[in-house]
Formats: sequence, C-alpha cells, structure tokens
Amino acid sequence: MAILINERTPIVVQGFTGKIGTFHAQDMINYGSNVVGGITPGKGGVQHLGRPVFNTVKESVEQLGAEASIVFVPPAFAADSIMEAAEAGIKYCVAITDGIPTQDMMKVKNYLKHFPEDERMVLTGPNCAGTISPGQSMLGIMPGHIYIPGDVGVVGRSGTLGYEAADQMKALGIGISTSVGIGGDPINGSSHRKILEKFEQDPETKVVLMIGEIGGPQEIEAGIFAKEQMTKPVVAYIAGLTAPKGRRMGHAGAIISSTGESASEKVEQLLDMGVTIAPTPSAMGETVAKVIANL
Amino acid sequence: MDIHEYQAKNILAGYGVKIAEGGLAYSPEQATQRARDIGGNVWAVKAQIHSGARGKAGAIKICKTPDEVFTAADELLGKNIVTHQTGPQGKVCSRLYIEAGTDIVRELYLSFLIDREHERIVMIGSSEGGMDVEEMAESDPEAIIKIYIEPAIGLQDFQARAMAFSLGLPAGMLSQAVKLIEGCYRALRDTDASMLEVNPLVVNGHDELIALDAKMDFDDNALFRRQNISELRDKSQEDAREMAAADRGLSYVGLDGDIGCMINGAGLAMATMDMIKLAGGEPANFLDVGGGASPERTEKAFRLVLADDNVKVMLVNIFAGINRCDWIAEGVVQAVKKIDLHMPLIVRLSGTHVEEGREIIAKSGLPIIMAETLADAAEKAVVARNEIVATAQGE
Repeated sequence: MAILINERTPIVVQGFTGKIGTFHAQDMINYGSNVVGGITPGKGGVQHLGRPVFNTVKESVEQLGAEASIVFVPPAFAADSIMEAAEAGIKYCVAITDGIPTQDMMKVKNYLKHFPEDERMVLTGPNCAGTISPGQSMLGIMPGHIYIPGDVGVVGRSGTLGYEAADQMKALGIGISTSVGIGGDPINGSSHRKILEKFEQDPETKVVLMIGEIGGPQEIEAGIFAKEQMTKPVVAYIAGLTAPKGRRMGHAGAIISSTGESASEKVEQLLDMGVTIAPTPSAMGETVAKVIANL
Repeated sequence: MDIHEYQAKNILAGYGVKIAEGGLAYSPEQATQRARDIGGNVWAVKAQIHSGARGKAGAIKICKTPDEVFTAADELLGKNIVTHQTGPQGKVCSRLYIEAGTDIVRELYLSFLIDREHERIVMIGSSEGGMDVEEMAESDPEAIIKIYIEPAIGLQDFQARAMAFSLGLPAGMLSQAVKLIEGCYRALRDTDASMLEVNPLVVNGHDELIALDAKMDFDDNALFRRQNISELRDKSQEDAREMAAADRGLSYVGLDGDIGCMINGAGLAMATMDMIKLAGGEPANFLDVGGGASPERTEKAFRLVLADDNVKVMLVNIFAGINRCDWIAEGVVQAVKKIDLHMPLIVRLSGTHVEEGREIIAKSGLPIIMAETLADAAEKAVVARNEIVATAQGE
C-alpha cells in the first residue's frame, strides 16, 4: 500500500497534447503509471500516445473511470483546470504548473470547500514535482529511478531537494512508500499536515521525512500534529538557514515575512515538538536511517 | 513587485480613498513649483524609494516655506537613503512627492494582506498608527484587530463597520470610513496586490480620514494580467543583478559572502547555501537555474554569478532529474572555456547518467574539482576559498 496513488489508479493528463504534457505523460507511461487518457479542450476524439483525448475531464471520468489527474496547463488557466477536475469527480489532482496567481489559488481552495469533506478532491501542488509511490505509480515529473519502494513516507515543498533526499536514502538502501511534493507556493492544495495525516493512517509507512523551508506556518502546524496525534516518528529538514528576511528565495512562498518563519525558528520549535531534525541537508538519509534503527 | 507611495496613492484615489493633494518632482525647482501650486503653508517633501520607515531615516521632511522645500528636495534627490528595511546598501532617491501638510488629530493603522494560514485576505487595523505592525504584534497584540475576508463574497459592510468601530472612529465618520476601507479592499483585489498598507491613516481637524502613506506590493505571478501595474515598475529601485537574472529567466538573490553558487531548484539551492554555511563559509548568492540547464543558460548563470566581485570560488550543484548529467557536464565545460574562468570551480553532479557526466568533466582537462556529495561539495568550496584568502594575505 501507499498513499494517494497505486499501480491501479487510473490517471488522466490535463494539458495532454501540449509539449510538456506529452513529454511527462510518456515518462509516466514508461514508469508504469496507469495513464488512461488526457484532456485538451477542442481536441477531443483523437488519440495521443495511444490513448484517447477528451474535451472535458467529466467525459474522462464517465468513460474511463479516471480517478487521478495531473495538470500541465499554463498558469493563466491552471486554476480553472483544477476546479474542472474537482467538479468532474476526480479524487486526487496534482498541479505541476508554476506561476499560478495567489488569488486564483484562494479561489480554488474556496471552491473545494463547497464539496463535503469525504467527497472533496485532494489537491497537491501547484509548483511541485508531483507524487510517486515507487514501483507502483508516478504522477509527476521526477526521475522515477532514484526512488526505491519501502516504508518511509516523504513530503516536501521542493522538487530537487526531494530528489536529493530520495537519492541519499537509496544509497543507504532505504525505500519510500510514497513521496509527495506539496509545492513552493504560498497557498497550496495540501499542507504538510494534511499529508502527515495520510501517512499516519497508512499501515505501510513507518517513518515520515518532512522537507520544509522558510516562509509560512505549515511546518509548525505539521509539527503540532506530529506531537499531538502521530504514533510514527517524523524526521525534518528545513532549508533556508542563510536566507535573509524579506527576500523571496526562488519559490513564491519561500520568504520570511514575519516572526517564526525563518529556518532556525522552525527548527527550534520542531525540536520542542519531538521531531527529529536532520542537522544538514547532506544528513537527511542518515537521520532517517538512525530513526529506523531505533524503531 | 513593489511600487512607490505616489503610485499606490494614485491607485487608491481611483477607488475613492481620500489622499492629501500632492505632486511628483524630479528637481528642487519642480518641488517648489509643486508646493506653490498646492498652496497652503506646510508641505511634506517625501523621498520616493521602495521602503517603509522613511520618516525615521530622515527621508520625509516637513517644510514651512518654498525655500525650505527647495533645500529639502536638493538634499534628498540623488541621495542614497538607508532605512531599516533597505539593508545597509540603501536605495537611491530620484523622485520626490510633494504633499500638502495635514493637521493630524489621530493616527491609525490599516492594512490588507494574504494570510497564508487562513488562505484568505486579512484586514488588519489598529488605533495606534505610525508604528511598525510587527513590533506592535509583539509588544501589544491586543491592540491589533484582524478581520478575515471570505474570498467568494468579498469584504462585507458589517466587517468594514466592525473595523471602523474597533479603530474608535465616531458614528459621524462611519460612512466615510466604510467607503475608505472598502475602497482599499477593492484596490487590492482588482490589482492582484499581495499587500496594501495605509500607515498612518489619519483623522484631520475636519474629521476627514486621509491615507497619509500608502504601500502596495503585487503578486509577481499575476502581473501577466495586470499590464497597468507592470508599467509602474521602477527598475532603479531593484537590485541590478536580480533584474538581469529575472530577464534571463533565472532566479537570483545577491548575498554578502564569497562562494558563488549555481544550483537547480529553489529548495536544493537553499540547502546548498545552508551546507556552505555549516562548512564554515558564506554563500555569495542564491541562484536557481531551473530545470533545463542548457549550455547557454549555464553560461548566462556563470556570468551573472561572476559579475559579483566578491566571488572567490564557484560551486555548481545539479541534480539531474529530467535532465541528464552528461548534458549538464557538457554545458559546464563549454561555459568554463568560453568565460575563461580563473577561480576554483567545484562541481557536484547527481542523478541521471552521473558517471558519464563525471567522465566528461574529468576528460575536459579543466581544473574542475569534483565532489561526490552535498557536504563534500560545500567543504571543498570552503577549503578552496580559505586557501585563496590565505595566499592573498601572505602576499
């Protein structure tokens, strides 16, 4: 088992026939993900990569039973595509798109709240590398071969720093149940905490690695959940020790705008909450290994 | 993206927010002319720089005669102004805003910003204006009023009234307060601003509410649909290298250290900088070259980092996902040859086709120091940097 996706999850690609959509859809198919089709409004009825193209997400859900979608739609239209997926009955959506306006994301989050909680689509991203359940399914743009199957859950904001962690773990023979990218934007689909909740419930995940960064309240919110409601140990690394206040470090959300948002403040609070901190970014893998050894 | 006070006030005035009469000046002569046009016997000469806390830095001068306006303008124009928000390098003032003096009876605080925790716009008010809201939040959190705005329906009248009463405004001023508060909210919403601050918001001797200062910051991701806002950009207020980077599609932040960095991905870039710090060094910059690190892009990134004279060594850390290490190695080799780099270069490659990538660098004949891990790369960079500094001191 894993969280969010497994080898059977029927996937559709939104923005299927575009250059980026095509490239990554092919990569996911090569990995073994169950990509059943895609959506490009106006191109419905044709075949692409040997799979049907639909005009609407709804048709793909009705005709192929699509359950998960991945969004490669440009920033100006991405929020609309996410809401279309939610309305069509998609259960899990990954938004890869970088550069979605914040007010559009507020609208999306508000729209999702109109659905009863048990029917509400789970959204991760935007501005993320996606989600992978190694050996089963890849719903993202990551290099699949650096992840090996196992029992560590990974959640993080950054793409390449997540790859770094997976690579360190692979070198130590540590496998991953699911790795979820929640993205670097100020308002995102799922917080660190939401993903921790899922890992806590997943019988095959034994330890969770959370890769956070400066800016926003989500790492601390997750730390509180870990302390109060989790039975599984959480390891964390927070990037941005050297980031000056008030400067945006690449990610739209990576900015220290108020007290408590710097890396050192987050680390200090997480330590108080019983989270094991990887002292350096080079020690993420070995810190996870130590925690596993103590289980 | 930040804009100037006068630009923010212009936007607010369009939404019915009352501002003092004022005009822009680029010279002391223009400044005195503006003061005469405005009339009265008190004027504020305000340096237009992208920073708050200008009052404490002497960048706002109250003048009682046109001659005083001339002197104040002469002093401020061309001056590098350092406030506690600009950092030690300061910002150069090339525009002034000359404003009619306001007889201030009360100073209040009003702002709107995106609250990441609640994922909504929050309206913040305080009856103690003119203060730093961060400081206020620590010293007197009770004095701060927060009202969250439901995105689908927007700010409601009752919320604006609640804010007006919390600010201690009398019933007689209620309707103008509601108009001002709602005007500010609409200005933020319609322009995709991520922050709007009126500090202070003042009550004058005629019981009028006036936005005495205004600051707006915009969501860069939304500028594509806000052409009128993009046009307000004042490049002179932004770091030249950061601007150059942004124009090339690179994300760069200049820092004070001497180890230049080129990394793919924002998170990995921050982590690499952390590693340099932990190894005893200081990074010169943050630089995310993004996913497609082509030879052209790599060369541009190198040139950008090397434009900083403080840089003594260079560290490249690339995790090739969709990319391949051999392509990246090729790009690094080409860039180094083309630029004729004369400083230690530490390269750490990881991910797809890593062996082939390392081989290309080894065979290039260039004096590139290869590193295996993130820690190894940072340590080698710090050692190389220290050797250079020791040699320089020995000479």
